[in-house]
Amino acid sequence: MAPEANMQTNTQRDVRPILSARGLFKRYGRVTALDNADFDLYPGEILAVIGDNGAGKSSLIKAISGAIRPDDGEITLEGRVVNFKSPLEARDAGIETVYQNLALSPALSITDNMFLGREIRKPGFMGTVLRKLDHKAMDKFAREKLSELGLMTIQNINQAVETLSGGQRQGVAVARAAAFGSKVIILDEPTAALGVKESRKVLELILDVRSRGIPIVLISHNMPHVFEVADRIHIHRLGRRLTVINPKDYTMSDAVAFMTGAKAPSEPVAA
Amino acid sequence: MSGIQEFERVLDGSDKNVASFEHQNISFLKRAQHFLHSTPAAVPLIVLVLSILIFGLTIGGRFFSSYTLTLILQQIAVVGILGSAQTLVILTAGIDLSIGVVMVISAVIMGNVAVTYGLPTPIAILAGLLTGGLCGLFNGFLVAIVKLPPFIVTLGSWNIVMATNFIYSANQTIRDADVDANAPLLHLFAINFRIGSAILTLGVISMVVLVGVLWYVLNHTAWGRHVYAVGDDPEAAKLSGIQTRKVLLSVYTLAGVIAAFAAWVSIGRNGSVSPSAAVTDYNLQAITATVIGGISLFGGRGSILGTLFGAMLVGVVSMGLNMLGADPQWKVMLTGWLIIAAVAIDQWIRKAGV
Repeated sequence: MAPEANMQTNTQRDVRPILSARGLFKRYGRVTALDNADFDLYPGEILAVIGDNGAGKSSLIKAISGAIRPDDGEITLEGRVVNFKSPLEARDAGIETVYQNLALSPALSITDNMFLGREIRKPGFMGTVLRKLDHKAMDKFAREKLSELGLMTIQNINQAVETLSGGQRQGVAVARAAAFGSKVIILDEPTAALGVKESRKVLELILDVRSRGIPIVLISHNMPHVFEVADRIHIHRLGRRLTVINPKDYTMSDAVAFMTGAKAPSEPVAA
Repeated sequence: MSGIQEFERVLDGSDKNVASFEHQNISFLKRAQHFLHSTPAAVPLIVLVLSILIFGLTIGGRFFSSYTLTLILQQIAVVGILGSAQTLVILTAGIDLSIGVVMVISAVIMGNVAVTYGLPTPIAILAGLLTGGLCGLFNGFLVAIVKLPPFIVTLGSWNIVMATNFIYSANQTIRDADVDANAPLLHLFAINFRIGSAILTLGVISMVVLVGVLWYVLNHTAWGRHVYAVGDDPEAAKLSGIQTRKVLLSVYTLAGVIAAFAAWVSIGRNGSVSPSAAVTDYNLQAITATVIGGISLFGGRGSILGTLFGAMLVGVVSMGLNMLGADPQWKVMLTGWLIIAAVAIDQWIRKAGV
């Protein structure tokens, strides 16, 4: 562990990362997606991850969220080495992820999707013996979470997800992560499909989640959004972490120059 | 947050109500499409009622009698139960071609253990259920863990199980009288009740109860929702934290157990236990009932109640054409058209969702 890795944010110098990765490798056949990649997320921060297409951002996120197993490398959560075999294990450990493809089941209802894999059962005999789901409680919870997100245009909480617009689907996925994430929330392109109003709501939600003390990893191509909410920006290039910058010290064009290789960062990250 | 941009400031004043729209200008056809999209079992039910009416009007009281209608139920009980098992598999976007022969080998095991080996009948029944479950587990293992396509896996196990059935049994039929003398419990589902001229066997009742139980499980338990999710989009289901392999494994195993249960019911219906029943296309009949019942072969859509209606529809058509004295090939042809129509309607309904 090298605290110098975090040289830009001196306030966090003594704090240990809540989630970190060292030397991740992942290859698909002859394609290298992760090439000795490092990653650090500190408590209570919003860390943006940016990088060009094919830089390995998605693979990095999938590795730390349990969706893929890296060929090599080590991931630690709160100082303990973790080895997620499935997204379920990552989720049980408190890491909640909104994937770019949203991971929603189109034919199932909004409520079903929000509670997929962690359904609420009815109390008493009906729940413990007959395993009956508590549709009412789940509907109520789902409705509350969507309202918090300002997704009022959803009329029927029991409508199939495939009948929703792209932005509404995104809202459902983000609401699901925000409702259940306990240690880390990972958002992969959360505003890409959203309208102005929903984007603003998602950004507000991100800040709201941070104020509750839960750190967020934000993967985005939207530079204004990244520079608005991020505390630090992790720039990924060619399968590894190029550098970590503080958005207050750099401009958006600097960040774009780093991630496309037009300019090399003056202080390469010591990992 | 200082980052709010000027054009976004008006958002504070935005409408906070749940959206509502006026609905007058939607055509009847569109509304029908949406109704069917939300109620997948409605199509087979409507066609079922229509065909009962048509045959009732052309044949008259002879067809409309409670005797005839309950006779149809007796005839479809076995296929209805097999169809329920098939429905579970098809909901996961799979298919089970071996389900018919799994039923036959389970029946042969039940008969042999009870009659030939002389063991207590409950043990014979357990042995049969275990056989069905193991066959299902074998399919499930190859589909879920080895990740082979379900069509190929069950095409293989269909042949393997059929051959095992003939080799093991030497194609020896266990006679009705022997079953009655040694293991009357195997004939349990032949027990019937008369209500007026209606005759209901325990086999028919067990089919209806089974469909009811599966409907409850599919709609009101987490496992049931996971079955739909896995069939709908396996990748999304996996990322949502569903253990898709366990769901698939359990679905194929349960389908095998239900097939063995169908075996028990079929012994009640047929009286004897005949290994040569393996050449009957029970698997295709079960798939037919499922598809006509509106279960999407692409997975994740349909209601198990539809399968029940689909099986009844096939029964009604075949009984009606019989009573009209039609060549049996007309029944085959009509079934064929029903399958194609069902899939076409399924595709049309799907469009309502997008």
